[in-house]
Amino acid sequence: MLHNKSITELSAGLAAGEYSSAELTKQYLQRIDQHADLNCYITVDQEGALHQAAEADKLIASGGAGPLTGVPLAHKDIFLTEGLRTTCGSRMLENFIAPYDATVVTNIKQAGMVTLGKANMDEFAMGSSNENSYFGSVLNPWNIKMVPGGSSGGSAAAVAAGLAPIATATDTGGSIRQPAALCGLTGMKPTYGRVSRWGMVAFASSLDQAGPMAQSAEDCALLMNTISGFDAKDSTCMDRPVDDYHANLNDSLEGLRVGLPREYFSDELDPAMRKVVDDALKVYEGLGAQLIEIDLPNTHLSIPVYYIVAPAECSSNLSRFDGVRYGYRCDDPKDLDDLYSRSRGEGFGAEVTRRIMIGTYALSSGYYDAYYLKAQQLRRLIKEDFEKAFEQVDVIMGPTSPDVAFPIGAKADDPVDMYLSDIYTISANLAGLPAMSLPVEQVNQLPAGLQLIGNYWSEARMLNIAHQFQQKTAWHQQKPVGFFEGGS
Amino acid sequence: MSISDDDVKKIAHLARLHISDEQVPGYANNLSSIFELVEQMQSVDTEGVEPMAHPLDIVQRLRVDEVGETDQRDKYQAIAPQTEAGLYLVPKVIE
Repeated sequence: MLHNKSITELSAGLAAGEYSSAELTKQYLQRIDQHADLNCYITVDQEGALHQAAEADKLIASGGAGPLTGVPLAHKDIFLTEGLRTTCGSRMLENFIAPYDATVVTNIKQAGMVTLGKANMDEFAMGSSNENSYFGSVLNPWNIKMVPGGSSGGSAAAVAAGLAPIATATDTGGSIRQPAALCGLTGMKPTYGRVSRWGMVAFASSLDQAGPMAQSAEDCALLMNTISGFDAKDSTCMDRPVDDYHANLNDSLEGLRVGLPREYFSDELDPAMRKVVDDALKVYEGLGAQLIEIDLPNTHLSIPVYYIVAPAECSSNLSRFDGVRYGYRCDDPKDLDDLYSRSRGEGFGAEVTRRIMIGTYALSSGYYDAYYLKAQQLRRLIKEDFEKAFEQVDVIMGPTSPDVAFPIGAKADDPVDMYLSDIYTISANLAGLPAMSLPVEQVNQLPAGLQLIGNYWSEARMLNIAHQFQQKTAWHQQKPVGFFEGGS
Repeated sequence: MSISDDDVKKIAHLARLHISDEQVPGYANNLSSIFELVEQMQSVDTEGVEPMAHPLDIVQRLRVDEVGETDQRDKYQAIAPQTEAGLYLVPKVIE
C-alpha cells in the first residue's frame, strides 16, 4: 500500500529502491480506475504515465535522479500539456490538444515527475464547488454527497482519496485554499509573480497564481521548489531569487507574531468553526507565537471588488475563444457574427457566461469609472490594510472558509451565496500576497482549514510556520474512510 | 442596481454570446443580485486614491529585440476548426 504515503516518503522509498516508479504509477492508475465515480480526473494518461515512470526508473538507476524523480502527480486541467488534452473544464476546449507545455508542466517534467492525468475543475476556474465543470461534479471523498470545493476540486479530491500523492492547482480567489480546506489538505497560493503563468489558461491575469495541493506543508515545499522561479515567457513573473523552501522547515516559531483580524473573527463566524480555529491558535501559542489582534477594515469590500476585477479581466481574456483559431465551433454558422455568438454561447457554461457579462457591462462605455476604476481604487485600500498589518505581525491567521463542505446542489442556483464561500480567501489575491490553508480539527465530521496569509515573498517562512504546526498535530494525516483500508 | 432583460440582450451582444430568449430573465435576475452585491463599493470615498491594476505595481519588463520565436504556423493551425492554405477559414464577410 503506497497510496497513503506523502511525496516526502515516496521520494525516499524510490531513492532507496524499495519500489519502482513503474510500480507506484501502476498502483495509482489502478486506484484512479477503481474510484472513477469520484470524477476527479477529466483525462487519465495511462500510456504517458507508464512511459514517464520507466524513464524515471532509468534515471534513478543511473544515479541522476532529483528528489521528485518518479513521483506521480495530477495536473489541474488548466495547465497546457503538449499532446495531452487540456479542457479547462469546458465544452469550449473539450477536444483541445495544446501545441506546447505550460512552464509549470515543463519544470515538473524536468524534475522527472510522472503525470497521471488532468484533474477536474470548475469551468475556466470559475466556481467554489466544482459543480460548474462541463465534465460533471466531483464528489468529496470525506462524504460523497458533498462538494470538494472549487475551482480545483478534482485536484483536491484526487489527493484526499489517494488517487494522486500531490497535485498542481491554481488560485484566483481561493481556488487552491478553499478546496484544500474542504478536503483536509495543505495548499499554497504563492505570491503573485512567484510561479510562471505561461501556459496556464488565463482567467483573471492580475489574480491568477499556481501552487501545490498536498498532504503536508513539507510536500508543498518540495513542489514549490520545483515550480517557482523566473520565466521570461510570463511578463509578470518576478526575476528574484527563489528560497529553498525545504531548508528552514524546522526553524523555531519562538517570538512569531500572529495577526488575528477582528473582521475574520466577527460574530458571524460559525461557533464550531471558531472553536477549531481557536484551538489551532493555541497550538501556535504553545510553539512560542504571540497572538495580536489587528484590523483589516476594508475586508468587507473584497468580494464586491473581486466580482468586478475578476469578471472584467475574464471578459477580456476569454474573448480569445472565438471559434476561429482553436476550441469549439458551432455547426453551420450563417455569418461571422453568428459564428462568434453561437460558438461562444454553446461553448461556455452558465457561470462563465455570467462572469463574461458582468465584466463586459462593468467595462462598457459609461460604467467604467463607477465599476472598474472604483474597484481598482478599493483594491489599493485593501492592499494598504495588509501593508499596515505586516508592520505589526509576521503572519495573519483565520479560518480558510466560513463553512465545511456543503451538499452538492445546495448553492448551485444562487451565485451570490456561492461567492461568499471565498470571503476569507479573496483579499490575498487582490493584494497579491501568499496564503495557505492547512487542516485543523474537523467540524461535523468534515475537514476544516486554517488560513495563513504572509507578507510578499515569505513562502519559506509560511511553510516553516505550517510545518511546525503539523509536527504538533495530526489533522493533516487524517484520511477519509473507504479509500485507505486494506490492500491497494 | 437592476439589470433588465434588454440590458442582458445588449451585454450578450457586446460579448458575442448567444443566449436563448428563455434564458434571458434568469441571467437578468442573477446579474441584478451580483450588481447589488457590488453596489457596496459606492459606500467608500475613494477620491484621490490611485487605481491599482496590478498587485506588485511593477512596470512592464522589456527585452532585447531579438528573434526568439520560430515559425510554428502548421503546428498552431493543426488545432484550428477550419483552415486552408495556411489561412483560418470563416464564413464569407463581404459578398
